[in-house]
Amino acid sequence: MDFVSVVSKRSFPLGSLLLILILLATSPLYAPVYTVVLLTSIFMYIIITVSWTMFSGPTGYISLAPAAFFGVGVYASALLGFVLPLPAIIIIGGLASSCLALLVGALTLRLRGIYFVMFTFGLVELLLHFVLWWEVNITGTTGRVVPTVGNTTVYYLMLIIFAILVLTAYLIRRSRFGLALQSIGEYEEAAAHTGINVTALKIITFAISAFFMGAAGAIMATRWTYIDPRIAFNPLLSFMPVLMAIFGGMGQLYGPIIGAAIFTYLEEFLITRFPYYYMLIFGIIMVVAILYMPDGLVGLMQKLWKRISEAKHADT
Amino acid sequence: MIVTILDVVIAGLLLGGIYALTAVGLSLQYGVARVLNIAHGEFIMIGAFITWWLFAAFGINPLVSLAICGPIVFIIGFTLYRTLFTRLRTSSASPAAFEGNSMLACFGLLFIIQNVAILIWGADMKGYSYLAFPVNFGGAVFAANRLITLGFAMVIGSVFYLFLARTRLGKAIRAAAQDPTAAGLMGVNMKQVLALCFGFGALMAGFGGTLISMSYKIQPTMGLEYTVIALIVIVLGGLGSIPGSFIGGLLLGLVGSIVTYIQPGLSLVAYYAIFMLLLLAKPTGILGK
Repeated sequence: MDFVSVVSKRSFPLGSLLLILILLATSPLYAPVYTVVLLTSIFMYIIITVSWTMFSGPTGYISLAPAAFFGVGVYASALLGFVLPLPAIIIIGGLASSCLALLVGALTLRLRGIYFVMFTFGLVELLLHFVLWWEVNITGTTGRVVPTVGNTTVYYLMLIIFAILVLTAYLIRRSRFGLALQSIGEYEEAAAHTGINVTALKIITFAISAFFMGAAGAIMATRWTYIDPRIAFNPLLSFMPVLMAIFGGMGQLYGPIIGAAIFTYLEEFLITRFPYYYMLIFGIIMVVAILYMPDGLVGLMQKLWKRISEAKHADT
Repeated sequence: MIVTILDVVIAGLLLGGIYALTAVGLSLQYGVARVLNIAHGEFIMIGAFITWWLFAAFGINPLVSLAICGPIVFIIGFTLYRTLFTRLRTSSASPAAFEGNSMLACFGLLFIIQNVAILIWGADMKGYSYLAFPVNFGGAVFAANRLITLGFAMVIGSVFYLFLARTRLGKAIRAAAQDPTAAGLMGVNMKQVLALCFGFGALMAGFGGTLISMSYKIQPTMGLEYTVIALIVIVLGGLGSIPGSFIGGLLLGLVGSIVTYIQPGLSLVAYYAIFMLLLLAKPTGILGK
């Protein structure tokens, strides 16, 4: 997988972006409930994928911790759901995830490559089994009820978090901060020698990305109404963003967004049409994507576009 | 008291024998073939299910199944490396990129193998009874099949170690583990050796699966747990070290048995806690430099 991204000179046309945003923001007014619920799921995956890419894309550290950060948010919602208003819970859920990320980051970000992957994966399983043990042996109840909120409210909250995330990711990408992250991914020693505080930078970015995952978890919990450790800390949620980001392509900001959107829709489609074959098809797509689309969908499109424009030049 | 200690220690070694065997396979796949095979547990599952199926349908002795499952899983592993992973290796820009890509491809394989197994055998738990009579061991009582499991795990592990240490092919594999480029220049057919290593890793998993099916209930989704334990063991023993995997496996089995004795339900938490502490304190493992 090539983590080196190409900074595009062309920015997305502002007008069409605004139009899409307005369409999305007003969709609960005219779209059926099913669409709104599906869009909420899509935004949840987009948030997790974009925040995953924010850290792992430029630095090349493959984190399998998203499920842990997401789960912390889910549990914040479950524990405080009947005590505090939802916006406060979302912020607390996000901050709790950030704190966990700070701690994990401070401990582990000196681990390289495969060790970091294994540690973050272990973190999810550790939390899952610890909370499971805690609920069985200490509190005596497995699972919790989360107060529900209307579909439209959940949708708007997701949309707001999504908008803040995209803005943050965009600003990071074009700042010196983002450039420094990129240099860590390319050559960490060299980055350290040019005066970049490598460790601090990695930990801060890791914490920022965890904030959004935790916030998404806190919101999503209200839609599930009932949660238990296996739902909250589902390891699949750690693999999904990796897959979606690779599928979409990490070179551009919109790559992971497109990847997550297509994949979530595909998941929904496969579950309803082929419930027994869904995971199988999923695995096949994953292998094929890694084999034939190393730069993702966006990379593939760019390659095709280049070939078409070259052919045009050859004609004239 | 002494009986209790004996009980816990032997139970730990019995558990550790299986952990060690499966970890040796994973260690070979990562240490030499550079594929962090997240689907390792699925090969264990294939071995376990073929053994169960042969026993339930034809009454074939599970120990005979060792000779059937091993080659089948070996061929699957070997073919996968020659096709999928060789392609990935040539298309990846660097060894580090290959490690990332192949690990992700293994996630895909995990889903594929697991779901094909569910389609063939169904998602329910399976099990059979083979040599389940009790054996008294200085006051501690164990099922005979678990003792046989440990015995076979030890024998298979030792034979494989001798193969690596004494034969020409074993030497080629060790050379490939140390320095792939130099080994290639010295006339080792790297394509063949790497694929063989991946195949041998799968073979160990297949053997492990057969042995596991003799004393535990099996399920198509059982793989990931064994993969994670094997991962912990190879980090414990040092990535790529076969003796390290064996010691690490037995050690983790002991820890699991002790924790289960004190507080059942926390053994997986204890594994992860050890794993994470070890990664922080000494990522090269107990036998690492």
